[in-house]
Amino acid sequence: MKKTLFDKVWDAHVVDTIENGPQILYIDKHLIHEVTSPQAFSELENRGIPIFRPHQIVATADHNTPTQNQHLPVSDDLSRHQLEQLAKNCNKNNITLYELGHQYNGIVHVMAPELGVTQPGMTMVCGDSHTSTHGAFGAIAFGIGTSQVAQVFASQCLLLTKPKSLRVTVNGTLKKGVLPKDVILYIISKLGTNSGTGYFCEYAGDVFENMSMEGRMTVCNMSIEMGARGGMIAPDETTFEYIKGREFAPKGEDFENKVAYWKTLPTDKGAVYDKEYVFDADDIEPMITYGTNPGMGIKISENIPNSNSASDKKSLAYMNFSEGETLIGKPINYVFIGSCTNSRIEDFRVAADYIKGKQKAENVTAWLVPGSRQVEAQIIEEGLKGVFEAAGFELRQPGCSACLAMNDDKIPQGEYCVSTSNRNFEGRQGQGSRTILASPLVAAATAVEGAIIDISKQLA
Amino acid sequence: MEKFSTLISTAIPLNISNVDTDQIIPARFLKATDKKGFGDNLFRDWRYDKQNNLISDFALNTKKYSGSILVAGDNFGCGSSREHAAWALAGFGFKVIVSSFFADIFKGNALNNGLLPIQVTEDVLEQLFQAIAENSQAQIEINLELQTLSVLGTAIKTTFEIDPYKKTCLINGYDDIDYLLSKKDKIEAFELQKKHLL
Repeated sequence: MKKTLFDKVWDAHVVDTIENGPQILYIDKHLIHEVTSPQAFSELENRGIPIFRPHQIVATADHNTPTQNQHLPVSDDLSRHQLEQLAKNCNKNNITLYELGHQYNGIVHVMAPELGVTQPGMTMVCGDSHTSTHGAFGAIAFGIGTSQVAQVFASQCLLLTKPKSLRVTVNGTLKKGVLPKDVILYIISKLGTNSGTGYFCEYAGDVFENMSMEGRMTVCNMSIEMGARGGMIAPDETTFEYIKGREFAPKGEDFENKVAYWKTLPTDKGAVYDKEYVFDADDIEPMITYGTNPGMGIKISENIPNSNSASDKKSLAYMNFSEGETLIGKPINYVFIGSCTNSRIEDFRVAADYIKGKQKAENVTAWLVPGSRQVEAQIIEEGLKGVFEAAGFELRQPGCSACLAMNDDKIPQGEYCVSTSNRNFEGRQGQGSRTILASPLVAAATAVEGAIIDISKQLA
Repeated sequence: MEKFSTLISTAIPLNISNVDTDQIIPARFLKATDKKGFGDNLFRDWRYDKQNNLISDFALNTKKYSGSILVAGDNFGCGSSREHAAWALAGFGFKVIVSSFFADIFKGNALNNGLLPIQVTEDVLEQLFQAIAENSQAQIEINLELQTLSVLGTAIKTTFEIDPYKKTCLINGYDDIDYLLSKKDKIEAFELQKKHLL
C-alpha cells in the first residue's frame, strides 16, 4: 500500500491496537514546561507511579517567565512558585531542565529544534498546542492535555485514534514581501478554524520545498489554528543540513544512517489523502487578521468582508472594526515580534532589514522577544541589536511573553497590537486587548509607520 | 476519575461559536500547580467586567439559567491545549457540554476528566437552544449507556457517538494510565525491537 509521510511515522510507532478502539502510540520525545506539567507530576506521585523514561523528556521554562531582569528572582509569587515547582519535579525525577538563565533556555518550540532534539520520523508531544511546530522536520508532533502528559510520564505512550490525512499543496513562487507567516495565514483564511479538526496535515509543493527550516516551523506551528492536531513537511536536504552538528543531533556514522532512514519517509507517489487542497503562490499577498480567530484574515490591501454570522459580528464589535472597512491607515500603538511562531533568527533578520536606517514612530511601543537564549545571542552577534536599538525598538529576553500575556508583557485594554504571534482571541494579549496577526515584516513596517500600511505597494 | 452513567439536568445556553480555551480560562489564571479553584475563573472576562463586577446578562450569571449541562455553539474549545479549561468547566459544576463540533484536544481533555462532550447535529443544537429559550427549566436527560440525549416532555431526542473505549472508561471511572500500565510488557518489547529508530 502507498503510504503518506504521516502513515510511515505513525505506523512505525504503534505498539498495539485495541479492538474497536484506539491504538497505543509510542512517544520518542516529550517536551515539558512549567504551566501544563505540575498537575501531571502530582498525579503520578499521588498514585505512586514512577516516571518511565526520564531521559526522553526535555524541560524548559517559557510561558510564565519575565522578559526583563531574568537574573533577578521572579517577582510574582505564583509564577515563581510554578517555576520552582518545575525545577523540583525535574530534579527529583532526573529530567534535563533548561531553566531561566540557562544558555539553552527558550520557548519550547524554538529551543528543541535548535538543539537538534527534534528529528525527522520522531513522535513528539508537549502540553502545548503549538507542538505542531516540530512537524516541520517530518516528525509527528502534537499538543496534549495534562492528563496525557501524565500518561506519557507513566508509559512513554498515548492511547490515540489515528487521525485522517489532509494535504495542502502550494505551488509557484512567493511574491516579494510574502513570508511563511502570510502563507499559513492565507491557508487558514481559506479553510477556516476547524476544517483541519480530526486531521493531520501535510504541506507540500514548491513553496514549502523552497522554504527554510525557520519558515517551515512558522507554517507547521499554526496548523492547530485550522483545527489540525499537527502539520508535517517531508524531510529533505534543507532539513538534514539544519540538524547536522547540533548539540543532540546524531553524529558521524550514526547521522549518515539516520539520514538514509529519513530519506525513506516522504510520501509515496500515488498515496491517497482523505482531503486535499491546492493553492497558487501567486494568489498570496501579505496577510493581516481583523477578527478574534486566526481564520478571520484578509490580504492587507483588502477590505473586511461582510458576514451574517452572529459570532463574526461579535468579533468585529470586540475589535471595533466595521464590515467593508480597510485596515490600511489604522493607527497602532503596540507591536510585538516574538512567540513560537515568529521568534527565530530569520524573523529578526527580516525585521532588522526593514528597520535599518528608519525610526520607530513615536506612538508605538515595540517589543522584540527572541525565542531563545541562542537566538538572542545570535541577534547580538549579527549586530541586529544595534539596528533595533537605534530605531527605538526594545529587545527583551526570551520567552512566550505577550503572545499569551501570562507574565507582565500585556497589551492594555482597548489597544491594538500588530503581533507576529498565532492567536488573536479576545484578551489573548491582555484583558481587553485587540490583536492583529501579521508577519514580522508587516509588524516592523507598522512600528515604523505608527499605522498599518500596504507593505506590498511599498515593496513593488 | 468519577463515573458517569445518566444525568437529568437543566442547561445553560452559550450560543457563541468558536469559544476558545482562552475565553474558558484566561492565561493569567494558569499559574496554579494543582487542579483546584479554576471554576471560579471560568469564562472570567465574560462573567466579570474589569472592575470585577458580575456582567448580569451573561448566561452563566443570570438566575434564569442553571444546571450541569452547557449547550454551546459550534467548534467549542478551540485554541490552546490547556486542560485547565476542562478543570474550570468541571470545577464550576458542569458534567456535560453539548455542541455541534468540538476541537480535538479539548474533547480529549474533557473525556479524561469525566466531563462528557456530546456532539449533536447543527439542527439538534438549534432545537436545544430554542427549547431552553422557551423554557429555561427544560430538563435534559443524558443516558451514556444508550448514547441518547432528550429534552423531557418534548419531541427532541437524539443519539450521539462516543468511542467505545472511552465510553467504558467513563462508565467505570477508569483512566488511560491504568490501561497503559497494564501494557508495560508490550511497550518494553516495542522499545527493544525499534531501538535503531529511537
